[in-house]
Amino acid sequence: MSRETLVNLTMLAGLVLVPLWALWADEPFTITLATRAVILALAAAGLNIALGIGGLVSLGHAVFFGIGGYAMGVLAYHAQTYTPLMEAPVLIEGTKSMPVIWLVALVASALAAFVIGLLSLRTSGVYFIMITLAFGQMLFFFTISWARYGGEDGISIYLRNGFPGLNTLVPIQFYALCLTLLVLTLALTAALMRSPFGLALNAARQVPERVRAVGLDPFRLRLAAFTLSGAITGLAGALFADLNRFVSPSMFSWQLSGEFIVFIIIGGTARLFGPVVGAVLFVALEHWLGGISAYWHIWFGLLLLGIVLFGKGGVIGMIAGRARTHD
Amino acid sequence: MTEPVLETRGLSKAFGALKATEDVSVALHPGEIHAIIGPNGAGKSTLIAQICGALVPDAGQVRLMGRDVTRLPVPARARAGLARTFQISQLAMEDTVLQNALLGALGASGRPWRFLRPALGDQSLRERAEAALERVGLAAQAATRTAELSHGQRRQLEVAVALTLAPRAFVMDEPMAGLGAEGSARLTRLLDGLRAEAPILLVEHDMDAVFALADRVSVLVYGRVIASGSVDEIRRDPAVREAYLGDSA
Repeated sequence: MSRETLVNLTMLAGLVLVPLWALWADEPFTITLATRAVILALAAAGLNIALGIGGLVSLGHAVFFGIGGYAMGVLAYHAQTYTPLMEAPVLIEGTKSMPVIWLVALVASALAAFVIGLLSLRTSGVYFIMITLAFGQMLFFFTISWARYGGEDGISIYLRNGFPGLNTLVPIQFYALCLTLLVLTLALTAALMRSPFGLALNAARQVPERVRAVGLDPFRLRLAAFTLSGAITGLAGALFADLNRFVSPSMFSWQLSGEFIVFIIIGGTARLFGPVVGAVLFVALEHWLGGISAYWHIWFGLLLLGIVLFGKGGVIGMIAGRARTHD
Repeated sequence: MTEPVLETRGLSKAFGALKATEDVSVALHPGEIHAIIGPNGAGKSTLIAQICGALVPDAGQVRLMGRDVTRLPVPARARAGLARTFQISQLAMEDTVLQNALLGALGASGRPWRFLRPALGDQSLRERAEAALERVGLAAQAATRTAELSHGQRRQLEVAVALTLAPRAFVMDEPMAGLGAEGSARLTRLLDGLRAEAPILLVEHDMDAVFALADRVSVLVYGRVIASGSVDEIRRDPAVREAYLGDSA
C-alpha cells in the first residue's frame, strides 16, 4: 500500500469516527462542523476534476454551487408556501424531497457548466480565469436583484428537506448522507483518473498538441470534464443550502470560488483526497483560529503561503511524496 | 506511377510580406522516405504545420489518400491516417512510457469516452501500445516515468506513439534532433524498416541520416522547392550546392 493510500484511509476513518465520537459525547456542533467540511470537500472534489486532472483553473465554480443552492431554495420555497413554481404550459410544483432536489441541482448545474464551458474553454490561462470569474459575478448580481426569491436577503427554508427512510433533522443522519455522496464522488474520481477519458484529459493538460496529433480533441475532453465538475459542485451546493436551511447570493461569491481552489492547493492538486484534506483543515482552522481572533484569515493566509512556497504537492504531497503514476 | 499517399499541390502561405511557403508541391508515394531539407528559416516547420493541419494555407491543397484534407483540423487528419512526430518531444512527462503509448492507441481506437474502467485494463489498447514500444526498443522502460527517459529514448517514444496510430503516412519533424551519433544511427535503422508500413515525409537536418534513408529529397529554400530528386541528383545539383550544402558536400 502506498503512503498516499494510507493517508487517504486515515482521512476517511477520521470522517467516520470523529462524528461518531461527537454523537457519543453529545457534541452536535462538531457534527455540524464535520457536515460543513464534507460538503465543502464535495464542492472542491467537483472542481478537482476540472482543475486537478484537466488543469482548468476555474475561478467561477461558485456559480454551480449557487445554482445547486438555488435549485434547493426555489423548490423548497414553493413547497413550504404551497405555491406552484410554474402553472403554464405545465404545472410544476415545489418539493421537499432531497433526491428530486439533487437531480434538479445536478442537471441545472451540468447545463450551466456546459454552456459556460462552451464559451470559456476557447480561452486558456489568465483569460479562462477571468471569464469564469465574470460568469460568477453575473449570476451573483442577478440573484441579488431577483426579488421573487428574496434578492439580497435570499430564501430561508424552515425545515430541512427529507430523504426516504431517514430523518434528516437528526444531524448524524444528514451527515451520513453527505459523507456517502462524498465517498461516491471520490470513487468516481478515482475510476475517472485511470480511465481512458482520464488518460486523455490528463494528457490534454500536459501536452495538448500531442493529444490533437493522435486524433483527439482537447476542447471536447475539457468540456466534458468541466460539465461533470460543475454538476458535482452543484450537488454540493444543494446540500450546503440544506445544511444551513438558507440560500443567498453569497453562494455565488467569487471568494467562495477562490476558497474551493485554496482547498485543492492545500490538500494537493490532482490528489484524490486533496480537496478533502483542504476542506477539513479549512473548516477546523476557521473554527479554532476564528475563536481566537477575528483576523484568523491572516494566519490562514500564512499557512497557505507556506504550503505553496515550501510544500509542493500540498499536505498530501508533504506526507506521501510525489504523485505515483497509475499502474 | 502509383497514386501518392500524401501530397501537397501549390501550397502557399505568407505572413505579411514574408512568403513562408510558396507554391510547394511535394508527393509521398507508398514505400518511400521522402526527405525535405533546407537551411534554417527555409519554411520547413510552416510546411509541416500546413500538412498536419495546425496552419491553414492561403492557397493550394493538402491531399491524403487522394482526398482533399486542406480544411480538416489536426485531430481529423490524424484520424484520417496522418501520424506526426514533433521536433521538440511532445510527451506527457508526468505519465509512464506505456501511458504515452496508450494515448496513441486510444486516439487510434477513437473511443476516449469511457469513464469507469481502467485504460490499462483494456487489452486491445494495451497490446497495441506494447507492440509499438517493443518495435522502438522501449519495452523494458514501459513503467518508467517519461520525465526520467534520456533524450534519445524520448525521440524513440515519439516514434512509438506515431506507430500506435497505424497510420497511412508518417510526417516526422527532425526526429534526429539533438541525438548523438549512436542514437542517430539507431533511429536511422528504425525508420529504415518503417517505410514498408507507411511512407515517411522526413524533415531533417542530419545529412548522414537523410542520405542513408531517403529515396527522394526535396530542397526547400526561402519557402520554395528549388530541387527535387534522388540523393545522387541532389548531391550533384549545382543550385543546391550553392544554396545549401556548400562546396564541401
